[in-house]
Amino acid sequence: MTFLWAFLIGGLICMLGQLLILKTNWTSARILVSFVVLGAILQVCTVFEPLKKFAGAGVTTPITGFGAGLVKGTFENIDKYGFLGIFTGGLTAMAAGIGVAIVSGLIIGLIFKSRSK
Amino acid sequence: MDKQEYAEYVKKITPKSKIGWSLVRAFVVGGLICILGEGLGALYKLWLPAYDETQVGSLVSCTLIFLAAVLTGIGVYDKIGYFAGGGSIVPITGFSNSITSAAMEFRKEGIIFGTCANMFKIAGPVIVIGVAVAMLCGLGYYLVGLFI
Repeated sequence: MTFLWAFLIGGLICMLGQLLILKTNWTSARILVSFVVLGAILQVCTVFEPLKKFAGAGVTTPITGFGAGLVKGTFENIDKYGFLGIFTGGLTAMAAGIGVAIVSGLIIGLIFKSRSK
Repeated sequence: MDKQEYAEYVKKITPKSKIGWSLVRAFVVGGLICILGEGLGALYKLWLPAYDETQVGSLVSCTLIFLAAVLTGIGVYDKIGYFAGGGSIVPITGFSNSITSAAMEFRKEGIIFGTCANMFKIAGPVIVIGVAVAMLCGLGYYLVGLFI
């Protein structure tokens, strides 16, 4: 059942992105930034966790999950380590994703050359 | 006159149906990527029962990011992106695609000053804004925690 909701909710979020592209002519960087901020806001409003229970990867796979994870990690580290957690939490939670993104980007960038379109 | 009116009428409605169709494509492809994430999560839960939900989630993100990087390298992701638009940008795979395609594009300017320096041209703002927002929220959370 989660699979169906993941498809529907995830699809809706992506459709919202497409609508933004069509209506505003925003670049992909702007789209990504807005969805990260949206995810962070949803996490702060404690809306994101119930959504995640309900739709699973439907909300964590879109980049909203990145924003929510940053905030969640920050709050968790603040609970654990106090003041220092404000600075360590976000990147600690997202370290795996950013790490793999950097290394795979580097490796692929070294192996493949950009094709002319 | 009639012809002109007709032409205007056609002009008016054509983009609309195009918009509708591109929304459907974004919906389907984005949804499918999310299903892939959900499926990977279910698999990892079976294989690695020691991992908690957050760790499984990280692993799924890593897999999708790596997969998207490879697909970008062999030129498949661009084709998906051409078809799906926002459906390929908004998922975490789009984040990975923006890094890898920049890394490939600037390779001709050298490894250090090309690839490494320009990898985060699009993804950089995402991390900068994301971390800044998270820290701001964290500061608020910390201050609220002090007084409650």
